[in-house]
Amino acid sequence: MTIATTDAVPAAVPTELARGRGGGGPAPKRIVVAYGFWIFILSDIVMFSGLFAAYAVLSGNTAGGPTGRELFDLHNVFIETMCLLFSSYTCGLGALSAERRHSGRFLIFAALTFVLGAAFLLIEATEFAGMVAKGAGPSRSGFLSSFFTLVGTHGVHVTGGLIWLVYLVAQVVAKGLRPAVLRRLLCWSLFWHALDIVWVGVFTLVYLMGDFR
Amino acid sequence: MDGPDRVFDDRTPGVEHEESTANFPSYTAGLALAILATIASFIVSQTHLLWPPGIPVGLVVLAFAQIGVHLVFFLHLGSAPDNTNNILALAFGVLIVFLVITGSIWIIANLNANMMPMPR
Repeated sequence: MTIATTDAVPAAVPTELARGRGGGGPAPKRIVVAYGFWIFILSDIVMFSGLFAAYAVLSGNTAGGPTGRELFDLHNVFIETMCLLFSSYTCGLGALSAERRHSGRFLIFAALTFVLGAAFLLIEATEFAGMVAKGAGPSRSGFLSSFFTLVGTHGVHVTGGLIWLVYLVAQVVAKGLRPAVLRRLLCWSLFWHALDIVWVGVFTLVYLMGDFR
Repeated sequence: MDGPDRVFDDRTPGVEHEESTANFPSYTAGLALAILATIASFIVSQTHLLWPPGIPVGLVVLAFAQIGVHLVFFLHLGSAPDNTNNILALAFGVLIVFLVITGSIWIIANLNANMMPMPR
């Protein structure tokens, strides 16, 4: 062996190991798009952390008004949690079917996800309306302002996620499961799973910590 | 020798050629673990299974466990080389979230403790 031959034939780059650490050539677009969207999700979670901090600071300031213990109905919260959890599951199965190009199964899972998300929103809207009717609206106390801001912002995200899902289903129907549509679906499923993660924080900090025995 | 294509493994950016690691059993396992963690935290908050002053700590631990389950089984964060950047970004996000939340609670608790008594 001479130096000339090793120059002519460079050692094979172990691409499977090198990817993500600067070697092995450009990453597939799927990885790059998911990374960019992951950065957005993290910034969204940083925004939520501000709302969580505000709630943690203000949750004791009830200004003589109702406390969380009097207002929260944990049965509803449990049903809401299960709705969101199962919608995350059906969303994952939908993403899986889309990846394997089963558009019929994808549409079924998308419909299930939508129904579960809408059920979550319905329960939350009923809870909010009941609280406002009892005179415990967002203007009653610092506790309730921060409660409505935190839980309401999460609800707005869920609403946005449902609208986005309808838009994506229309794209799947019109354009089929082509790579660009699959990447949009990937971003949407990341968004939906992230909302479920934020909800874990909400039901733990707001509902369970506000109402434990 | 093999051709240069074998050696360099050229790819065109944007060409989809790999399946993700997701599959049906991993989602189902994630769902089962998440349901377990959820039920556990509701039970912990409503009973005296835990020493009562320790309940908030127990709830926080269960929440972190559930978030971990979601990250691994639903968002597929793992130790694969493709995931290195995602993990680093997540670590930075967690740092910021930790600073914002604990910093706010700490500072405001300090201000509260130093407040003059309010005139009634």
